[in-house]
Amino acid sequence: MKTTISLSINGKPRTVAVEPRMSLADLLREDLRLTATHLGCEQGVCGACTVLIDGEPARACIALAVTLDGAEVRTLEGLADDPLMSTLKAAFQDKHGLQCGFCTPGMLISSWDLLKRKGALSEAEIRVAMSGNLCRCTGYQGIVRSIKAAADQRPAEAQGAAR
Amino acid sequence: MKPAPFTYHRATSVEDAIAQLSDPDAMARPLAGGQSLVPMLNLRLAPVGRLVDLGRIDALKHAEDQGASIRYGALLTHAAFEDHRVPDGSNGLMPYIGGQIAYRAVRTRGTIGGAIALADPAADWLTTVVALEGEIAIAGAKGRRTVAAADFVIGPYMTALDEGEIIEAIIVPRRPAGERWGHYKATRKTGEYADSMAIALNDASSRKVRLVIGATEGAPLVMVKTAASCAQGASREQVAAVLHEELAASGRDFSPVKLHLHRTTALRALQQAGLS
Repeated sequence: MKTTISLSINGKPRTVAVEPRMSLADLLREDLRLTATHLGCEQGVCGACTVLIDGEPARACIALAVTLDGAEVRTLEGLADDPLMSTLKAAFQDKHGLQCGFCTPGMLISSWDLLKRKGALSEAEIRVAMSGNLCRCTGYQGIVRSIKAAADQRPAEAQGAAR
Repeated sequence: MKPAPFTYHRATSVEDAIAQLSDPDAMARPLAGGQSLVPMLNLRLAPVGRLVDLGRIDALKHAEDQGASIRYGALLTHAAFEDHRVPDGSNGLMPYIGGQIAYRAVRTRGTIGGAIALADPAADWLTTVVALEGEIAIAGAKGRRTVAAADFVIGPYMTALDEGEIIEAIIVPRRPAGERWGHYKATRKTGEYADSMAIALNDASSRKVRLVIGATEGAPLVMVKTAASCAQGASREQVAAVLHEELAASGRDFSPVKLHLHRTTALRALQQAGLS
């Protein structure tokens, strides 16, 4: 039996009917055709499906859509015009932060959240914070360099604003 | 969609959740943050007929400073501790623990009550609340009761919770202000479940030491003899010997490798707490 929920996705109000067992990731990809959110392991390990729920990063594959009535969801599509995300994307391109691109949406959302929450970041801190996102191509060197470059490009006040 | 079909109930209160969970024919399970249960549903490892979502019960999401202790609602997330959004009486141990469980995208949704109710032997909060001498507040159809954290876990994934009971809150006594803590965790990969973890508490003013080792294939081990030898000022070698003996006599049948690992994490936690 389907349950009707209303939620905001990338700023747009949506009302959808979902089976209780449907994940947010499946709702986004299959029903709403928002395919920037990638599905890797579907058990919360790989991080490819990381999205923002009520402003905080979360795994879309282990968030049941039915529990998200009233929530505000933002995917990579919904950050297309965000200045920090633009900086991150440019850095990933410049520093070889991706090869096949499968993990990249999750990498971008997780690093976006990291750069929003934290001030100056060392390479070691970036590695620990990004340990929940797996990449099978790059060996992480390029990803860490990309995030470090984007972190250092932020305005001075953002880099000092450790929370 | 990966899980097998189930029905869904969004609980409006603790009483409503208990009523829903007490139906013996429903195969009902409570859903807290879902960071362990939903992966198990996706893998079809956890049979569930009815999912009772506790996520909208506001009463479970507050922390209350009661002076001598702090009462944490079961649905507070790991991130709430990490971000210092709840009061702390542990000299920073609980915020530290909250900040190193799994990954940020898990910490924003995973809850302290959910983690303790699952009772994975390697769960960080389990070892932590046992070390801090906390209590678990339980609510069920027969009423409310409180169990010491050390008695709450019976074995791997086995707890004192009866059918239809849920954890309402975790009560943690305020620790002495001068108490130092040490924590050491051995993991293959950052954020993974631990192979071994240890927490040491050292209150020099009252010469009280507490040592708890987690990820021990059962309830966390409270190392009473080792702590006593530390409190008496034994040398590092003496403490290591007592620790080895106490681990070997714990009845957990550790392999030599595992015993060595637990010994190492315990000694490092003690050292961090300013002992031996």
